[in-house]
Amino acid sequence: MRIEPKTIKKQGISIHTIKTKQFKTNQLVIKFRAPLQKNDVTARALLPYILQSGTQKWPTTASFRTYLDNLYGANAQVDVSKKGESHIISFSVDIANEQFLKDSSPLTEEAFNVLAEMLFNPLIENGAFSAKIVDQEKRSLKQRLEAARDDKMRYASQRLIEEMCKGEPFALHPHGSVEEVDAITSEKLFSVYKKMMNEDTVDFYIVGDINEKEIEDLCEKYLSFAQRDSIAGEAANFSPKEKPKRIVEKQSIKQGKLNMGFRTETHYGEKEYIPLVMMNGILGGFPHSKLFINVREKESLAYYAASRMESHKGLILIMSGVDPGKIDRAAEIILEQLKAIQKGDISSKELNQTRAVMKNQMLETLDSARGIIEVLYQGDVSGSIFTINEWFEKVDKVTKDDIVAVSQKVKLDTTYILTGKEEA
Amino acid sequence: MQKKIFDQLQEELFFEELENGLSVYILPKPEFSKTYATFTTKYGSIDDQFIPLGEKEFTKVPDGIAHFLEHKMFEKEDGDVFQKFSENGASANAFTSFTRTAYLFSSTSNVSENLDTLIDFVQSPYFTEETVEKEKGIIGQEITMYDDNADWRLYFGTIQNMYHVHPVRVDIAGTIDSITDITKDHLYQCYNTFYHPSNMVLFIVGSVNPEEIIEQVKNSQKRREFEPQAPIKRHFEDEPSSVAKKHHQLNMDVQVPKCMIGLKASNVNLKGNELLRRELAVNTALDVLFGKTSKHYTKLYEEGLIDDSFTFDFSQELGYGFALLGGSTRDPDKLSETVKAILIEEAEQSSITEEQIESVKKKNIGGFLRSLNSPEFIANQFTRYTFNEMDLFDAVPTLETLTKEDIALALSDLAQPEHITSFYILPKEEEAVE
Repeated sequence: MRIEPKTIKKQGISIHTIKTKQFKTNQLVIKFRAPLQKNDVTARALLPYILQSGTQKWPTTASFRTYLDNLYGANAQVDVSKKGESHIISFSVDIANEQFLKDSSPLTEEAFNVLAEMLFNPLIENGAFSAKIVDQEKRSLKQRLEAARDDKMRYASQRLIEEMCKGEPFALHPHGSVEEVDAITSEKLFSVYKKMMNEDTVDFYIVGDINEKEIEDLCEKYLSFAQRDSIAGEAANFSPKEKPKRIVEKQSIKQGKLNMGFRTETHYGEKEYIPLVMMNGILGGFPHSKLFINVREKESLAYYAASRMESHKGLILIMSGVDPGKIDRAAEIILEQLKAIQKGDISSKELNQTRAVMKNQMLETLDSARGIIEVLYQGDVSGSIFTINEWFEKVDKVTKDDIVAVSQKVKLDTTYILTGKEEA
Repeated sequence: MQKKIFDQLQEELFFEELENGLSVYILPKPEFSKTYATFTTKYGSIDDQFIPLGEKEFTKVPDGIAHFLEHKMFEKEDGDVFQKFSENGASANAFTSFTRTAYLFSSTSNVSENLDTLIDFVQSPYFTEETVEKEKGIIGQEITMYDDNADWRLYFGTIQNMYHVHPVRVDIAGTIDSITDITKDHLYQCYNTFYHPSNMVLFIVGSVNPEEIIEQVKNSQKRREFEPQAPIKRHFEDEPSSVAKKHHQLNMDVQVPKCMIGLKASNVNLKGNELLRRELAVNTALDVLFGKTSKHYTKLYEEGLIDDSFTFDFSQELGYGFALLGGSTRDPDKLSETVKAILIEEAEQSSITEEQIESVKKKNIGGFLRSLNSPEFIANQFTRYTFNEMDLFDAVPTLETLTKEDIALALSDLAQPEHITSFYILPKEEEAVE
């Protein structure tokens, strides 16, 4: 296949280079990973926003962004996310490849410089982060968390996870919680920063038309980290519920949101993982899937009815938007579809379609630099690395029996319903 | 087939207009695995009054019909077209905007079969009373989903504040009431009027051989009969240049208020390069004034009036156009007053400097390169530009020639007090005071 990543481990980080002529920009991403835990998730969520808001060279957002604009619109972003029981902070810089510009000096080194400046040279006043920046970013984080709850689809998805995984780290939102924000001090932030830099598992990716030797030298020059021990991935324990939990909440809304969470006991990289991905595809991953056909096309109950996976946590999450009076009917149909798979009601057409669209989806993902990085990082997080060719071979080998077998471990854990105040 | 080469960008674009009037564009991307194709008609939610094919009088059709038609194109006598795309490993979709309806697929294998499927399903309408009735439940839920979406309500609320009569003020999907009236005869009438090849563009980008693709498309068109069609007659009521409402607001189940400021474009007969120039000038002005490098952004952010959800954009089509600025805010009144004051002052006397313009130009040149990484961007934007008689690949050269005067003029045209409106989404507890 076209993607041939090379990985070197040095200076406490893994450096992944992916050389390709496909893109007109070079994409750099550095990811910091630590256990997801309540006592620092909110501070860790705040940290990258502090780091991008002021550095020694660029003490204000305006000065930093002016510099980036003049590098032909280099795009610098930060993000936080979670995979299984891990919390991930990402910094990325996407910069034009100068061969497509009329008159420009080399830009790749500039991208390293920008990344290094954010990470290694934060704006420090009196031994702590700038108080003004910390206050502003705390306010923004609170507003970001509150506004996220105003999007009912996202809110219902998050509430399902909170209820389903109560007591497990996975219940935490990667951006933390509003209640924790005020108590974060500059000192706390600084210790979280030091910990991230010195202890987190670090992966650096660069995708583009690059010279691999040059990249190695640039990493040495700009991204020099202390050696560290690898962090053992936390096993995601949970206690199975005696019977499925059902939570109903009401708000002033017109459409009901039906969210159902299932435990699969199968995780990314395990032997049964690819059969589980196929099972999810047959159930609700695509417009040919059972959920789309039965909830939407046959019964006209919903505009969307789909399932997705939390691969590193071993969950399948189903979501649908339904008229409040018809939520029970929709839930019933959804469970019938899972039962059908468990009983072996899978046609060869469904198998072939799902295989074909899964392969297509993978190849399409690899047609974007960010997609390449996310696919590789999935493997790097779980420690189970396989090439794209191996992935294709695995998909080809999955049989109907494999799918039925893995589907029998899939159990409903929690149903979360957000519905209108007037009805039901 | 014509061929255009863009040396600096290292891209080639192929074009041919077929005998039946269909415009076909092909942009090869040999390094990509996937091929992305869009088949688009210049027909969107605003086209609600027109002379139907073969008739003499104007007719008005129910709101939401272009979108309804888009949904119903996927269902055929032998089943759902999604099934066929999935069998060939393709991912298919469609969307309806104010001015366009696009059908698309992307796939990394069986491109030729998938392209045939795309052309065939869009060119073979099949509507029955029963399937039309069934769709009303699905679209009803789509409409309800958007009704609960605060960002969507903010967007449409602002547009409705701006427009008195122009159909851009009507939600693209219509309303539960308006779609109730839709029949299969309406769908055929709209289909026959707007889906003629001369009103459509096919764009294919990806790992394809242009000669093979154009042959395949020509053959597909030879299999079908199309009578030559005169230009479509569309009607729009006269729209005043002032906004319909200076302000309006809506209470929803949200925690954080949202504020949007809308500026209604006055010079809406522009086409081609003039329109391109206008769009670029206004967007450059907004970027200088409200981008992250600006003093206004810094001040608003420091005062806690905006957060990183703050966005701005300007776009214009034949007959309407608007700039929208806004996002989440603690104090919608203060944000709205501040932004309006800045715009009005800049319209009177622009403070924008050459240096600021140069910086935005550089940023956008890099941004355009980044966009060319995306087959979806290329196909969709190129088609939009074509329908407005503009060329996507002229965007950067035109941007490079923009002057301070162009930008000052565009701002003074746009930011007149009677063209400005604001819309808020407020939490339920705070009752609306108008």
